[in-house]
Amino acid sequence: MKAEKARRERARAASSKLAAFGEDIDLDEYAHSADELPYQIDASRLPAQTKEQMMQAGIMLDDDSQRSGTIIQMDHSVVHSTATQQGIEVMGTNQALEKYDWLSDYLWKAVAVDSDKYTAHVELGQSNGYFIRALPGSRTVNPVQACLYLARSNLAQHVHNTLIAEEGSALHIIPGCTTAPTGEPGLHLGVSEFYIKRGAQVSFTMIHNWTPEIAVRPRTGIIIEQDGLFLSNYVIMKPVRSLQTYPVARCVGDNAVVRFNSILVAAPGSNMDVGSRVILGAKGARTEIVSRAITTGGDIIARGYIEGNAPEVKGHLECRGLILRGEGMIHAIPELKGTLAGIDLSHEAAVGKIAEEEVEYLMMRGLTGDEATATIVRGFLRVDIEGLPPQLNLELQRAVEASEKDIM
Amino acid sequence: MLEIKELSVAVGGRDILHDVNLSIKAGETHVLFGPNGGGKTTLLMAIMGSPKYRVTHGGITFKGKDILGLSVDERARMGIGMSLQRPPVVRGVKARDMVAACVRGRANEETVYALAKKANLVDFMDRDINYGFSGGEIKRSELLQLLAQNPDMALFDEPESGVDLVNIALIGELINELLGKQHPIRDRKHAGFIITHTGHILDYVNARTGYVLLEGRIVCEGDPHEILETIKGKGYEECRRCAI
Repeated sequence: MKAEKARRERARAASSKLAAFGEDIDLDEYAHSADELPYQIDASRLPAQTKEQMMQAGIMLDDDSQRSGTIIQMDHSVVHSTATQQGIEVMGTNQALEKYDWLSDYLWKAVAVDSDKYTAHVELGQSNGYFIRALPGSRTVNPVQACLYLARSNLAQHVHNTLIAEEGSALHIIPGCTTAPTGEPGLHLGVSEFYIKRGAQVSFTMIHNWTPEIAVRPRTGIIIEQDGLFLSNYVIMKPVRSLQTYPVARCVGDNAVVRFNSILVAAPGSNMDVGSRVILGAKGARTEIVSRAITTGGDIIARGYIEGNAPEVKGHLECRGLILRGEGMIHAIPELKGTLAGIDLSHEAAVGKIAEEEVEYLMMRGLTGDEATATIVRGFLRVDIEGLPPQLNLELQRAVEASEKDIM
Repeated sequence: MLEIKELSVAVGGRDILHDVNLSIKAGETHVLFGPNGGGKTTLLMAIMGSPKYRVTHGGITFKGKDILGLSVDERARMGIGMSLQRPPVVRGVKARDMVAACVRGRANEETVYALAKKANLVDFMDRDINYGFSGGEIKRSELLQLLAQNPDMALFDEPESGVDLVNIALIGELINELLGKQHPIRDRKHAGFIITHTGHILDYVNARTGYVLLEGRIVCEGDPHEILETIKGKGYEECRRCAI
């Protein structure tokens, strides 16, 4: 209780603290509480339009045979949660806190509660979120899907997620964030904390499917122990008013591995400030950060930061941006920091338009100019992802391909 | 098949080709010699229709049709194909995607695999096109794409440059297949036009006519082997003298 009180004090002190990056969102413009929504035993009975929106964020409700579990939060209510595989736990955060006393010890360990006013509001306001845990040695065959759905107009959705992969476990997660397709404004404040124990593996394949009036401020922290692996694939190809996120992964155990892949597409009016930060703090830890950014008129800041503080660590940062129609802006900011001899950190960054020479090369093979451009864009967005199960890789590629026509 | 009349071409406002005339019939292979910077690539790119290479005078007809108003892809679909000397790297676009673009649904995976095997590029099909390819791999990849495209008129820009002796024989084989050299002359339907700086390719591919292009003008036309012997023995200076 004492710790909880101190935490709330810190949150209160930070309730007006500006974030380090991104435009400031006026929280007073949004409603912060929402009615409790009814629980759905059968998620496939949700309205067709809602399911369609969720489908575009990678959430499948009609056929859950390809999933190890499902959790859906609409506004502030967890309306459905199931776990279909032994050794995998899936439930709402509030339910999990009632069930497990120890869970409160995990909260705000990977993300500081007083990081900024958004984290503070998640702590202080009405919130829920998901709790997903793989018990020691449990390995998901199929991914767990977690959907955060913003239904009420002008709501600030507060979410606090905790994901724990116990020793030797493997967890594949598809979190899909989306909103009712009404075009109404809304704000998503999502805190996600990952704890990847010794020898555990987590893949987190997130497809964001917002609408042009939504502002999004995810706050994510990942702690990876010895021989652990964290693989993040983040895709946002639909318009969003304002998105700022800069997850931080800390490798605290020897030989921990982190990979971040991001695919960002900014339509006119979209404003994205997206990065990945990795602290290689234990011997032999490794990371690779790859981002692909395309603007068709919106603005993208693509950040990347790798810090090496331990012997034999290795990191590579690759940041490539494409300005498709001569409008919009891409600002790539790759950063490396080393504090020891013998570390190996590198980066490459490139921003530009599609080279005419490349388009002409494909046209020489008989493709029209538009077909050639589409082929090059498709290739640009194709990120080879190691460690993802083939079926999940296929789903990700499908999601990317489905959005390609919007880009062209 | 290909008729070029009084062709002049400028690049970036600078005149490169002057009054070029040549004619290549179906089944024939012609060779273009010339020193670096003489305009050889410009001629091929003008035939292919690259917008950077602006025709300022004269004309090009292909299969009896004036093609000057056609775009690169329209010319490709009419049956003109080109193997580039230094093709660009296109990150993310796989060799397999390029071959798929070339066949345009005319061939199945088995056929594509057979072609890749023939070009000794099976292991390259899922790599980004031209990324980290050696000189020989680039040339074989270009020829693989042409095999998939199966053009009636194939243009080759220095297919042997940067290729070792082992690979050059394979390059020769692939060109011969593209040009249908396994068939009797009267049955050959494909035509070829090869730029060569060194002439090595002539050890592997038979050609009917040779030209020497000097400072943007064709200064000599004749038996390609004789021309090559002259160049080897006396250099392009002799061609220059002869032209005067």
